[in-house]
Amino acid sequence: MKKQKLVVIGNGMVGQNFLQCMIESKARDQYDITVFCEEPRPAYDRVHLSEFFSGKTADDLSMVSHEFFMQNDISIHIGDKACRIDRKNKQVISAQGVTLAYDKLVLATGSYPFVPPVPGHDRDDCLVYRTIEDLEAITAAGKRGKVGVVVGGGLLGLECANAIKSLGLETHIVEFAPRLMAVQIDEAGGDMLQRKIEALGVSVHTSRNTILITDGEKLKHKMIFSDEGTLETDMIVFSAGIRPRDELAKDCGLEIGQRGGIAINNQCLTSDQDIYAIGECALWNKQIFGLVGPGNQMAAVAADHLSGTDAAFTGADMSTKLKLMGVDVCSIGDAHGKSQGARCYSFIDEPNEIYKKIVVSEDGTKLLGSVLIGDASDYDALFLYASNGIDLPEHPDDLILPQRDGSASVGLGVDALPESAQICSCNNVSKGELIAAVDSGAMVLGDLKACTKAGTTCGGCAVMVGQILNSELEKRGIEVNTDICEHFPYTRQDLYMIVRSEQITTFERLISRHGTGHGCDVCKPTVASILASCWNEYVLKNQHAQLQDTNDHFLANMQKNGTYSIVPRVPGGEITPDKLIVLGEVAKKYNLYTKITGAQRIDLFGARVDQLPHIWKELIDAGFESGHAYAKSLRTVKSCVGSTWCRFGVQDSVKMAISLEDRYKGLRAPHKLKMAVSGCTRECAEAQSKDVGIIATEKGWNLYVCGNGGMKPRHADLFASDLDDETLVKYIDRFYMFYIRTADKLQRTAAWMDNLEGGLEYLKEVIIDDKLGICDELEKEMARIVNTYQCEWKTTIDDPEKMKRFRHFVNSDKKDNKVVFVQERDQIRPATAEEEKELLARTA
Amino acid sequence: MDALTNTAEIESWKSVCQFDDLIDNVGVCVLVNDKQIAIFRLSDSRKLYAIDNLDPFSHANVLSRGMSGDLKGQPVVASPIYKQHFNLNTGQCLEDETVKIPVYPIRTVNGKVQVADQSET
Repeated sequence: MKKQKLVVIGNGMVGQNFLQCMIESKARDQYDITVFCEEPRPAYDRVHLSEFFSGKTADDLSMVSHEFFMQNDISIHIGDKACRIDRKNKQVISAQGVTLAYDKLVLATGSYPFVPPVPGHDRDDCLVYRTIEDLEAITAAGKRGKVGVVVGGGLLGLECANAIKSLGLETHIVEFAPRLMAVQIDEAGGDMLQRKIEALGVSVHTSRNTILITDGEKLKHKMIFSDEGTLETDMIVFSAGIRPRDELAKDCGLEIGQRGGIAINNQCLTSDQDIYAIGECALWNKQIFGLVGPGNQMAAVAADHLSGTDAAFTGADMSTKLKLMGVDVCSIGDAHGKSQGARCYSFIDEPNEIYKKIVVSEDGTKLLGSVLIGDASDYDALFLYASNGIDLPEHPDDLILPQRDGSASVGLGVDALPESAQICSCNNVSKGELIAAVDSGAMVLGDLKACTKAGTTCGGCAVMVGQILNSELEKRGIEVNTDICEHFPYTRQDLYMIVRSEQITTFERLISRHGTGHGCDVCKPTVASILASCWNEYVLKNQHAQLQDTNDHFLANMQKNGTYSIVPRVPGGEITPDKLIVLGEVAKKYNLYTKITGAQRIDLFGARVDQLPHIWKELIDAGFESGHAYAKSLRTVKSCVGSTWCRFGVQDSVKMAISLEDRYKGLRAPHKLKMAVSGCTRECAEAQSKDVGIIATEKGWNLYVCGNGGMKPRHADLFASDLDDETLVKYIDRFYMFYIRTADKLQRTAAWMDNLEGGLEYLKEVIIDDKLGICDELEKEMARIVNTYQCEWKTTIDDPEKMKRFRHFVNSDKKDNKVVFVQERDQIRPATAEEEKELLARTA
Repeated sequence: MDALTNTAEIESWKSVCQFDDLIDNVGVCVLVNDKQIAIFRLSDSRKLYAIDNLDPFSHANVLSRGMSGDLKGQPVVASPIYKQHFNLNTGQCLEDETVKIPVYPIRTVNGKVQVADQSET
């Protein structure tokens, strides 16, 4: 069958989501797909656009890998705008003169920011907030001025105000309506929000209608309002709502709504049966949906329809849960109580600046809407009551009133939800789909999120996804056995808390009190690591020696033929020529294979166990320390050369890397820890692939956490921006000790984060806001580790008893005859089995 | 033949080290007639075990450097290279029933640990 030509106009979030749906669709092979993308880069995450100001780059925000289009055999015309649709000949003509025939056409043209036609709106530094280019223009204008005004106090306006504030400008919001976020929240909620935002240092001017923008006296512009008030500013950003990009559709005669928008039916088809419209450009039932969730639903419906599957878009929920400038703002359903007979309950806590309202049906049995300001903790339960029409409890006000008598919250358990309940609104994942994924084997949170995409866009539902998983596993009688092994009926986290609270310092004591049997190669190293994280004693102390696996036991890395490799510490990758010479001389003397590691160190291979102490004696005499390459502990802090030498560097990354490596060296953890420090945003040290990555900014340091290279790469998350040295170290101290406290055995920080209920936001609350009240403890625990550091190799070579262990035979000075090397590229390598046989025969 | 039967008839005992030189649960390697034997003393009974030092999976002489312990009541050592477990009494590999490594008679006489390499008798 000849393939049909499918042309997609627009590669924003929804357009990209549509492509993703098509790739996964059974009809993928029936279409040749071509995409027009007006912007100079393919789809990026506009929901998190404001993070551009806290250090994220266009690459970080990108939703598409470089290989996506090639891998999936989709043609894309980047930076080429589709400028005409010829419906008669079924062609699309682009600005660069490309003419493409189509059988089916999808319009995902999105929206543009509405700029009120005020005289002067087109002056210099009067900008909008939608694309990465807009953000770059705002940043540039911010550098030229001192004061910034956002016109529009809606959701995007508040985000934009936050961005301008983060640029260090005096910030104002000018809103035409009498309150902020007039669409989503009511008057009392708006008042509370305004108070909270003003407390953050942003001036809010409501009920202001701008009638003219002209030259200012002190600053660049003067805004004149209808009440004759004025405001001077250097920059104005219009964020007064969006308008659908419907001009292509209008020009080719498709049906357009009275106030704009491409009219679509339940299948997302326009008035032309070969043309679909999805996302913010589409008008369904006289409504425009300006959120990504409904747009993605339309994308899925259109893709289904193209593959012959029956699907329908039947409207979408516009409930929102946001953190704007650190203030929780939620709106659900009929927030204004406009439904017939609707009645309200509200709760105002002025001292704590919390406002909560629920709107219930006339008979008091159903929840119709809600507004929450300052405290979003009831959102999930309220949203589910409203979206699933669940009967309210006898006293609906219990849902928002504080529980003071210690009784459990009346919030809703996940078991009460019907299978049709939508859990993830960004990716439209229902409870039923989550259950099906559990049935097909997704038994851990990370897997469940990966295969359903639930909780992977805004992350707001991740906690609930976890609750559903636990409940489903329990229902299936699948006992999630989290015991570390047959010797201890506990998780690693449990054992850690037991060791800490009972001050247990030996394995023998722990297993006699809390375990059975004698231990194994799983629990022993786990307990060894916990004991080291808590008490930091010398790991080869007699009672600990048996707990160490061979690498920790011999303080070196065992290779395939039973010999070891040696990695001395080279803090920050900085090394003097003299030390480099020592490494070369030692390697030459003991005939070791040398290789530069990925972590800016030098690995010396092929040392027999009896050679290890002699080699280390020489290294320590030359000033080297153990590099802990053999341990589940801090490996290295990689760095770029930084501002000292590099013409682009903005901070001394080497100095910071050395001081961090010096602080955390020897810290034992559930798994190895890697760090890196880059001296500018070019990121030459690849810090975003590390457990803790640090990138210099003009003002300080951006801290990234939970990155990983290796088998399953994960970009680190931006955790905090523009930190000074002291705060940076404080956060890292807390982060590491919290990870050590709560991770599973052998769980890297990346997997730990993927399985952490509440994710990055929760982690920030624990470490930055000290939500659990443990930060003081965490810092003290880290201080103990830092203050009790010892170089394990130095302690070992100073102790003749310990030195005795480094022998191959306890009753002979002979060497292991199976350690045989051959030469390759001027160095040794282990002989293959055949080579070994040959060599042994020759010597025999 | 089970290597641990009929120990009274063995005449090739070799003293290899002092009992008190061993550390509980930490293996050592001894050389007997050019054969590498890994010996372990487990902490529960202070009982001694002797097995071949050669790891049949990696072909390296490393089993004395594995971690010892118990699994389902059996005394075991785990290979430090690819982590398979071997029963210290029988030499049976727990992960692969077709693999069994040699075990050797071991005893303590007057504080000295003695091992017999039966292949030489």
